[in-house]
Amino acid sequence: MTNNTKWGVVAEFDSAASIYHAAEKVTHHGYTRVDAHTPFPVHGLDRALRQGPSPLGWIVVCCGATGICLAQLMMWWMNGHDYVFWVSGKTPYAWPSTIPITFECMVLLSGFGAVFGMFGLNRLPRLHHPIFRHSTIWRATDDRFFLSIEATDPKFDSRETVRFLESIGGKHVEIVEE
Amino acid sequence: MTATAHMTAPSLQQLAPTIVPKVKDGDLATAQLGALVLGAALIGGAWATGGERFYFSYLVGYMGVLGICLGALFFTMVQHITRAGWGICVRRLAENIMGALPLMALLFVPIYVGFDHLFHHWVHPDPNDHLVAGKSAWLNKNFFVARIVIYFAIWIAMAFFFRRASLQQDENGDPAVSLRLSRVAAPGLLLFALSVTFAAFDWIMSLDPHWFSTIFGLTYFAGAYMAFFAFTILMAKWLGKRGYLRGAITVEHYHDLGKLMFAFVVFWTYTNFSQYMLIWYANLPEETRWFADRAEGGWGAIGTLLVFGHFFIPFGFLMSRHVKRNGVTLSIGAILLLVVHCFDMQFLILPTAGSHEQGPAEHGAGHVANAAEAVETGIARFTHDFGTYLHGVHWADFGCFVGLFFVLVGATLWNVRRANLVPLRDPRLAEALHFQNF
Repeated sequence: MTNNTKWGVVAEFDSAASIYHAAEKVTHHGYTRVDAHTPFPVHGLDRALRQGPSPLGWIVVCCGATGICLAQLMMWWMNGHDYVFWVSGKTPYAWPSTIPITFECMVLLSGFGAVFGMFGLNRLPRLHHPIFRHSTIWRATDDRFFLSIEATDPKFDSRETVRFLESIGGKHVEIVEE
Repeated sequence: MTATAHMTAPSLQQLAPTIVPKVKDGDLATAQLGALVLGAALIGGAWATGGERFYFSYLVGYMGVLGICLGALFFTMVQHITRAGWGICVRRLAENIMGALPLMALLFVPIYVGFDHLFHHWVHPDPNDHLVAGKSAWLNKNFFVARIVIYFAIWIAMAFFFRRASLQQDENGDPAVSLRLSRVAAPGLLLFALSVTFAAFDWIMSLDPHWFSTIFGLTYFAGAYMAFFAFTILMAKWLGKRGYLRGAITVEHYHDLGKLMFAFVVFWTYTNFSQYMLIWYANLPEETRWFADRAEGGWGAIGTLLVFGHFFIPFGFLMSRHVKRNGVTLSIGAILLLVVHCFDMQFLILPTAGSHEQGPAEHGAGHVANAAEAVETGIARFTHDFGTYLHGVHWADFGCFVGLFFVLVGATLWNVRRANLVPLRDPRLAEALHFQNF
């Protein structure tokens, strides 16, 4: 270790039910910079962790609206303005002919917005994360449930937080270095 | 003891003792009677004042409300085939709605009586009309009547089968019932798709026997299924106000019903646009004439109204999860969609009404007159067309829809009062009661 600053504390739990109740106790105790790492989505865990609503929906809506505008602009410029070409008597830039492409561009940009917006919000891609230093974290993709409290949490205290997580049933409670 | 006795599902009593399992004796009877009387009065009033127009008005209301019952049958089968856990309690309401299908068969009588008026174009065709003559193998009265019997036999048999098995499960709690129903739902859905497609061809598309569109049955179904969700949301909300289904149909279930309603707003648009764009692109006279008819007589305004009222407005309104999880806003959305569903049925059916004597020459004249009016654009054009529409529309075009709607409300309540409110011992009941959206 070149730098001994703490990232946070990580605790292991046996079941979805036990991490759910632990999450409730942690947030009830006043911790805010908390997260859960589970092998599958646990219903209601985001509420137990008091996570705010994700802004991803707004990103997707904005990207979708951009897709609609760009598609219309493109077709208006190409078919209706720059290179007007009459095909089988249809008005150039007639609205029915623009709908499929507008729809596809909206879907494409919404999809990009959803995927890359999620990447951005999760600060991905990254090659390493301090939590991987925890001794049993690999089981988060298998059969164990992990709860983390970050050192930047105003209530964080290395000794107190470890003791608290142990008191609510956490196993392998470890301080993880940055 | 039977062999299956040891594997019965837990009952509602064990899972959620606070949920009322059945409507109290005599409760909702006034509402049921009131709905039936109001419905009958509206239909009677329409019949008394409508003249020959009544049959077309009745067809508008009938196809709109029949679609809700058919949507309920479809929903029940989809719930079984997907082995869905979330919608167990909603499914019982759908079963009660589709229980009105025998009554809908009885309510088909006025359409049969008005047969000659409604289907004039192919019942008494122009002898020189080769297009209609070529379709006589399908469009003849005997086969047409036989098909009415076949469609209703299929629908009533399926509705009866699925509802009875579900009610029996309330008694015996046998999980094998659920497995059997999920197997039967597969061929059931196939029969449903074919019967609804051909019924839509027969009862709406054949009003104009020259015109054809292979996607037509799907466009009808898309709107009907959306209307079913709107109806179900409103019925469940109303029953909730009367103290029933509390804890059984929660905000999570309304959220999902809202999502499905939203999905079928979009699906209706998708199918209708697919139909419109192909006809517009190919530009074949026998296909485009159907839309040309719907640009005249003020119907252009209703087409515009559908684009906004059946797509843009509900699409924007229902997109947010907060709107779908709020009882008031979701109900407003459902009412809006039922109103536009009525306009949709009018748009499909009424432009062919009263055009018995209109030959091709007059059609041409109509086009010329229309071209002169086309100078106006945008809002001015819409206002002008909407004025023409209001001038031509009869109150019965709405009255029959509302009347049949209330008849369906009454028939649904009749079934709701006689069955348990939720499937008491469905094996997935616990999953349904604890269901949560992410």
